[in-house]
Amino acid sequence: MFQRMLASALIAGIAAGLIAALLHFAFVQKFILLGEQYETGALIHFGGSGTKEGEHSHEAAPATADPAAEDPKAPETAADGHDHDHGASAQGSAATRNALTVVFMVILYVSYGFLLVAGFGIAEAFGRKIGPTEGILWGIAGFAVFHLSPALGLAPELPGTIAAKLDLRQIWWWATVVCTGTGLALLAYGRHWIALPLAAALLALPHVIGAPQGEGYFGLAPTEVGAIFAARVLGTAMVVWACLGWFAGAVWAREGARS
Amino acid sequence: MTTQTKTIAGTKAQSLILSALFAAVLGGTMLFLAGHAQSATLHDAAHDVRHATGFPCH
Repeated sequence: MFQRMLASALIAGIAAGLIAALLHFAFVQKFILLGEQYETGALIHFGGSGTKEGEHSHEAAPATADPAAEDPKAPETAADGHDHDHGASAQGSAATRNALTVVFMVILYVSYGFLLVAGFGIAEAFGRKIGPTEGILWGIAGFAVFHLSPALGLAPELPGTIAAKLDLRQIWWWATVVCTGTGLALLAYGRHWIALPLAAALLALPHVIGAPQGEGYFGLAPTEVGAIFAARVLGTAMVVWACLGWFAGAVWAREGARS
Repeated sequence: MTTQTKTIAGTKAQSLILSALFAAVLGGTMLFLAGHAQSATLHDAAHDVRHATGFPCH
């Protein structure tokens, strides 16, 4: 039985991970690189004139947070956008960085694949048949569980974004994933009337409690960059999860018919 | 006969649930390592993926 799960998770996860990497390079990566240029001071929001700051009430001016930001000529030191203390610089060339992105996208989507087929297994133990069509629905649900619901409290972070303490955000992220996943499963498969209010409570709970937030808003990049980045992260994730669900459902059904 | 069928179905369901639990633990562990573990090497290597998939990164 585990062999069937292994095949479904691996085949679907690798395929989805490669699609995720492709979409990342096509639609998302340029905004990470742009965000890093603001983070390192290579680009400065309002840095050229500074005259617009007052008009737009940007109270916590970015320049105070970063000495480099006070000097508009500093950019050249990191003009390639790769001189970034959170990973890029340590990894050397852009090729290495991109190769690692492909590898980790595949690892990540294989891990999502295992969680997805674990769900398939439990559903089948209760007599539900899963095929590619159901797989797409499960995939969209997976997107809601692992991306959309956490993003309601913790929007995808552009490098240089201000946020609360990391461990608190990670705890909230996991709790939200568990609550949303359980809530959606109850909503879809619950047989007793109590499942409905319980599902609603679980889906709402993380957002009623609220995600840990940073103190104030003084991110270095323009809001436009952060907004388009967040939108594209969610959009690409939804497409990839639908693919993951379809692939996993198809392999799951084929392997099931064979055994 | 019916009892036997039920036993077979029960064994199959049990094996499905056990496999599912194992798959979930495996998937959860991989997800933690790729998305959340704060070892410097893992963090640096997975940096772009963490940002691009909405994980709390740093």
